[in-house]
Amino acid sequence: MINNTDAVRLIDSKRDDSVIVPTMNANNVGFGLPSVSTNQSLDLPLSGAMGKASNLGLGIALAQPDRKVMVLDGDGSLLMNLGAMVTSANKAPTNFYHFLFNNKVYAVTGGQPIPGSECQDWEGMAKAAGYAAVFSYDNLEDFTTGIDEVLAATGPVFVHLAIEPQVENTPVQFRPRAQRTVKMAFDEVPAALGVGSD
Amino acid sequence: MTTYESVLHPPAIIAELKKNNITHVVWLPDSETNFMYQLLNEEDSLDLVPVCREGETMAIAAGLWVGGKKPVVLIQNTGIFESGDSIRGLGLDINQPLVMLIGYRGWTRRGPTPDSAARYIEPILHTWGINCYLIETDDDADRISIACEEAERTQKPVGVLVGTEFGV
Repeated sequence: MINNTDAVRLIDSKRDDSVIVPTMNANNVGFGLPSVSTNQSLDLPLSGAMGKASNLGLGIALAQPDRKVMVLDGDGSLLMNLGAMVTSANKAPTNFYHFLFNNKVYAVTGGQPIPGSECQDWEGMAKAAGYAAVFSYDNLEDFTTGIDEVLAATGPVFVHLAIEPQVENTPVQFRPRAQRTVKMAFDEVPAALGVGSD
Repeated sequence: MTTYESVLHPPAIIAELKKNNITHVVWLPDSETNFMYQLLNEEDSLDLVPVCREGETMAIAAGLWVGGKKPVVLIQNTGIFESGDSIRGLGLDINQPLVMLIGYRGWTRRGPTPDSAARYIEPILHTWGINCYLIETDDDADRISIACEEAERTQKPVGVLVGTEFGV
């Protein structure tokens, strides 16, 4: 399996001018994208509206067709909104890259198993939903070797990643809070995209 | 087929969307708005984004908006009930100036309103602090412009309740 931080660091290292939409553990303040991002001005984290990260990314991808959009999703999160896979594939933006961080648990609520965690076929679901290309990695070496092929593929692309669970057991009120809130990100990203500057 | 003046026709809605420079219609069909589909598909200036569940619409609209586009969502009132967390997290909390066209299932101007979908929608929108306008005929269609102006001015979602099924 792949360490959560290693996965986000590798994706971030290949981002160029991509927008990244991280949620759940991929957005963890201590070991997610906020801890490694090299271009926070183009990070659009989603910590509410669980399950909607890929919808948010789809909207950006449609609005900004010349720029890659990378969604870093969670398995429990995507399960809340499975139809979103069909919605994305149906609209078929070529610049849309959907990474699924599959750790098989609700890590931010104490590590309870997600429903059906041992029997899901995420690659099969992505192919059936209509993604143009589907990849899967269960170790960092292969992911490191393969990520250039992933990002060279024409979207919509789905990438299944087998991630080591990193479970949060600290009471919510004692966890470190994000310095950059979702609202702050929504206020900042348009300028980074050059929206409204003409 | 007979056309009645006192109903709402899709061209009146499309004209309002174009007048307000709307770029995308994020929608899930319902019986109040189903006659718009063909016209929306034929209108080059409007990109139709179909979804599988209504709560997706506000999130997609948020992405379009942050990326510089001007979307509306078009769903039924039952879909608003399903979309609560999206409206909260990706509408109100981020100050998205989103116009939501909402099919007003069960709406009756006179007599009792037996459908709970109609009875609950306005109180729920008001609980969120979301203002809404009712359109029933072509003469009301310019309330879409009022809603668009209000959404931009207040940086908040605004509802437009479509109170009648479209004429053809």
